[in-house]
Amino acid sequence: MLPLILFYVFATILVASALGVIVSRNPVHAALSLVLCFFTSAVLWLLIEAEFLAIVLVLVYVGAVMVLFLFVIMMLDINLEELRGGFVRYAWFGWIMAAIVVLEVAGVVLTRKLGIDVTHGAVPLPAGYSNTRELGALLYTRYTYPLEIAAMVLLVAMVAAITLTLRHRGGLKAQDINQQVAARASDRVRIIKMDPEQRT
Amino acid sequence: MITLGHMLTLSAILFALSVAGIFINRKNVLLLLMCIELLLLAANFNFIAFSRYLGQLDGQIFVFFVLTVAAAESAIGLAILVVLFRERRTINVEELDRLKG
Repeated sequence: MLPLILFYVFATILVASALGVIVSRNPVHAALSLVLCFFTSAVLWLLIEAEFLAIVLVLVYVGAVMVLFLFVIMMLDINLEELRGGFVRYAWFGWIMAAIVVLEVAGVVLTRKLGIDVTHGAVPLPAGYSNTRELGALLYTRYTYPLEIAAMVLLVAMVAAITLTLRHRGGLKAQDINQQVAARASDRVRIIKMDPEQRT
Repeated sequence: MITLGHMLTLSAILFALSVAGIFINRKNVLLLLMCIELLLLAANFNFIAFSRYLGQLDGQIFVFFVLTVAAAESAIGLAILVVLFRERRTINVEELDRLKG
């Protein structure tokens, strides 16, 4: 009974903060609501015993991605007034789309003939079961190549983000390694042949 | 007891809210990116719920990869946004029409 109460409490917080993300006009408020969203989702994932991913969600999303979002929001000098219009014009369409999505998924969830019984709870995991250990065992055996591809995706994303935002400003006294390596002695030192001066 | 139906309904509501958010905030690229993050979170909810209730861990592995790709996507998206803002001084979607699409 207690898990269900906790579920409803956190689900309410999650839906409320998701609403906060989509209706708040100030991007900082939206980002902070999104942080609350991620945190509450992590708690819900803990509640259904997916501990590793719950921790990863907090570390990666709240710790890294949302901080990146906040950095970008504060770096950009956004004119909020200009972005404010058009809210009411398209809101009805958005809500209709949302209602259609909810109806569709509700139709699937409420159908009794899918072969999956949605009304039973999960089998409780035995004591001493380590979600992290099991995931790691799977990740480094059957999913080794996908793991390496994921690492490559992150590397490419990092390189792309750096190259995109790197800016070369003029008048900067920075080293140009290429130029330094390409330099020859003949470019820098001039050897002049001349007759010795007569002593007077 | 938390059933599969509970989790699926919650993720459906979350998904619907983020889809609505994409329509509502269709001028601000930053909020669009945030709504996409929320959308991926809702999808992850489904993966974890099914993984847990069918007793197979593969769904959770998939969530791991979705998180990786989502992190890469938001990093590149924000980098493009920063470059775009430097160039045009705006992040209004309606003014980003240089490609004449």
